[in-house]
Amino acid sequence: MRHILAFIWKHNFFFLFLVLEILSVVLLVNKSYYQRAVITNLTDRFTGSINSTYSSITGYFYLKQENDKLAAENAVLWQSLKHGLVTTDTLTTQLVDTLNRQTYRYTVAKVVSNSTGKRNNYIMLNKGKRHGIEHDMAVISPNGIVGTVVSVSDNFSWVMSVLNKHSKVSARIDRLGQMGTVLWQGQNPDKGSLTDIPVHVKVIKGDTIYTSGFSHIFPEGVMVGTVETIKVKEGDHFYDIGFKWSADLNGLSHVYIVKNLFREEQVELSKQVIDE
Amino acid sequence: MNKSYLYLFVRFVVLIALQVLIIDHINLGGYINPPLYILFILLLPFETPGWFLLLSAFALGFSIDIFSNSVGLHTASCVFMAYMRPTIIRAVGAPADYEAYLNPGIPDMGTQWFVFYTLFLTLLHQLAFGILESFYFAEAGIIFIRMIASSLFTLVLIVLIEYLFMSRKK
Repeated sequence: MRHILAFIWKHNFFFLFLVLEILSVVLLVNKSYYQRAVITNLTDRFTGSINSTYSSITGYFYLKQENDKLAAENAVLWQSLKHGLVTTDTLTTQLVDTLNRQTYRYTVAKVVSNSTGKRNNYIMLNKGKRHGIEHDMAVISPNGIVGTVVSVSDNFSWVMSVLNKHSKVSARIDRLGQMGTVLWQGQNPDKGSLTDIPVHVKVIKGDTIYTSGFSHIFPEGVMVGTVETIKVKEGDHFYDIGFKWSADLNGLSHVYIVKNLFREEQVELSKQVIDE
Repeated sequence: MNKSYLYLFVRFVVLIALQVLIIDHINLGGYINPPLYILFILLLPFETPGWFLLLSAFALGFSIDIFSNSVGLHTASCVFMAYMRPTIIRAVGAPADYEAYLNPGIPDMGTQWFVFYTLFLTLLHQLAFGILESFYFAEAGIIFIRMIASSLFTLVLIVLIEYLFMSRKK
């Protein structure tokens, strides 16, 4: 025993390295939801306050662009108001109120930290559990999809950006109705890729891609991007489509967190089917 | 002795702040994210005991990780780099008249020595980082390009900072 201890002591540099390296790789690889939540809760109070101070300072530099965006969005919203439409029948407006049920709830949030230069990018938002934010909610900007909420603390939440190895979003090409999967290959933060579109349909440059709504996370019909490059590998049955994100992922400032109010019911139902 | 530890602590905080508040927000074409914070490990004195080297590398990496929501990634590559530091110092050439006040920087060791020393350690850091960040073998080409580009960019940045701030001490 004494010899073993003496051996370890003699090579303490190597053994300390081994312990620290294994500890950090375990932290990196073992990403259980519980472990993540514990770390996020411990560290977010500190990093969150620094990040929000930082973004409240830099926010001033983008006030003009933000105002322009808001004004443009306001214009669209004004148009959809009741007095912007011609009402032909009083009965119709009544029917709209009773027939439609709200399926998605939108919460506005401010981006306090963002990145696009890494292989796996995350965004931190200034809304958390206290504001009703939960795991697996969609995050969209006025121009298009942004990501999915992956962990939440009391006042902040981390969003897995679409610029992430683990991000997969179900989408379809609007003109054709064909469904595929949106991924990011990691090269260029401006371009995403769409897979699983069969080669027998004719995709053209400029086709718009919208979310399909099949994932129970993103609402249907949120814009994803426009097709730029179309490739087929020799002997492959699916296109390799490159497209430009419609959201300005590097210039994000305010986003909407979307809760699907029927999500639990939908997930529960699909579980029953899988079980049988 | 206490004063030099205070210096180290200030350097630690300043480098993390620089990395998290400025460097991480610069978009360099999506390929490069220079890890400037490793300058802390590079500049630790030759005499630094092994346990201090490894533990400070762990603390450094972990601090960067909690800011970028990538727990373990920077920590692992930082600890690996710190572990390789004595080997690289021996390979590049440790100072012949080994004296306690010598530091691994341009003023004491010369530009050429410092460039090689920084280049090798940055490459090792980026190698570990690239492999851990994306496990796919299919992305090996991109990992390699990123590794080279980031390392060269970091090298230039670190040498510039050395020239700007450290040479006055002499």
